[in-house]
Amino acid sequence: MSQIFSSKNLKLLTNPLNLENPITVQVLGICSALAVTVKMKPAFVMALSVIVVTAFSNLIISALRKTIPVRIRIIVQLVVIAALVILVDQFLKAFVFDVSKQLSVFVGLIITNCILMGRLEAFAMANKPWQSFIDGIGNGMGYGWILIVVAFVRELLGSGTVWGYPVLEKLGVYSTGYVNNGLMIAPPMALILVGVIIWIQRSRTRSLIEKK
Amino acid sequence: MNKSNTYIFIYSAVLVVLVATLLALASNVLKPFQQKNLEIAKKLEILHSVDKGWDASSAESKNVYVDGEYATYIIESLVVDHAGNTVDNLDAFTVDPNKEMDKDSTQRAYPVFICHQDDSSRNYIFPVQGKGLWGPIWGYVALAEDMNTIAGVFFDHQGETPGLGAEINTRWFQQPFAGKKIFSDTGQFVSISVAKKNEPHDPDHSVDAISGGTITSKGLEKTIFDSMKNYIPFLNQHKK
Repeated sequence: MSQIFSSKNLKLLTNPLNLENPITVQVLGICSALAVTVKMKPAFVMALSVIVVTAFSNLIISALRKTIPVRIRIIVQLVVIAALVILVDQFLKAFVFDVSKQLSVFVGLIITNCILMGRLEAFAMANKPWQSFIDGIGNGMGYGWILIVVAFVRELLGSGTVWGYPVLEKLGVYSTGYVNNGLMIAPPMALILVGVIIWIQRSRTRSLIEKK
Repeated sequence: MNKSNTYIFIYSAVLVVLVATLLALASNVLKPFQQKNLEIAKKLEILHSVDKGWDASSAESKNVYVDGEYATYIIESLVVDHAGNTVDNLDAFTVDPNKEMDKDSTQRAYPVFICHQDDSSRNYIFPVQGKGLWGPIWGYVALAEDMNTIAGVFFDHQGETPGLGAEINTRWFQQPFAGKKIFSDTGQFVSISVAKKNEPHDPDHSVDAISGGTITSKGLEKTIFDSMKNYIPFLNQHKK
């Protein structure tokens, strides 16, 4: 056990959450982060889908890494990613149809999410399957928690609900004259919120600030 | 590591065959579930157009609830041709209006769903389909027995702008359609105009457009006009 969860392996899991966060530090996968964060439930399902795809594509590519011919390695990576994404998409359509309707094309677009190709090229091609698997989960989670935080703020202020539960209505906030902020539902607010997260992160972690 | 061309060919062939088999298998196993979901979604849209089925998301089993409501209210359905005559041996529910549009206009089949309301009045439900700003929009228009007054509508869309065009699938937008008329006093087919503030409003034939969602609003107006005009012969034959 100590080997499986050695501190080095644990770092693979925790680094992408903060210091090497795919969205706020590497600025990858922004497109879907803006599009699916209006409500928490779709954002959560999207995050889960990305975690599954990053983890298993990392695992499979890492397991195959010694057999993959260098000249077609990008194609092989894409085939693996595409197959996994189609599986996830089919699965969502069969079991959480309403959410899959809200996510619409964005599940399919996980295929082109830069986080995936980035991790496969940078990590899975050169590391053992178990480490790659953890690295995939870590990066998926790093992507996921940003999505969920952004979706929480947008849903609360834009629709007055949290996970579909009318929090503001129950608290009686509307009777004081408060009105839902329609701007929160529009995509630019996601960008601004991601910006705010990056700002907070950098003011807390000085090492992330580029030297002049 | 550099490999020979033969290795690369064999490697990619094997990989592709493996992946294809896996995906085909998954698709076959999951298909019944997916089709049931599509069927439930369609039934729910039809029910919404006659103001039914709003408890679907809070129902214990959504599928059972929707199937039950559908069986209670949507008792009849029929398919008509371009001249308004009933076509036998076609199930209205399985007719895909989008596919029908590819056919020659005289060959198309037009589905009609009939809702028996609690007060024993009938509503006739007609599918409509067209395009908005970013993609397809569709829905159902329910008419009262006079085949003129709108009893209710339901619209949905694939990817209209959130907060703007996307509002066509909300009840506040759809409810004002009820009570509007699609024929003028002289019996002319005028459909419903989705009118902006500076455009003429006719109390019988217009609803308010969505500010900032002009192209979706106009798309919807055209959608209703183009789809409903195909039913004019049927409507004229069955007017009460």
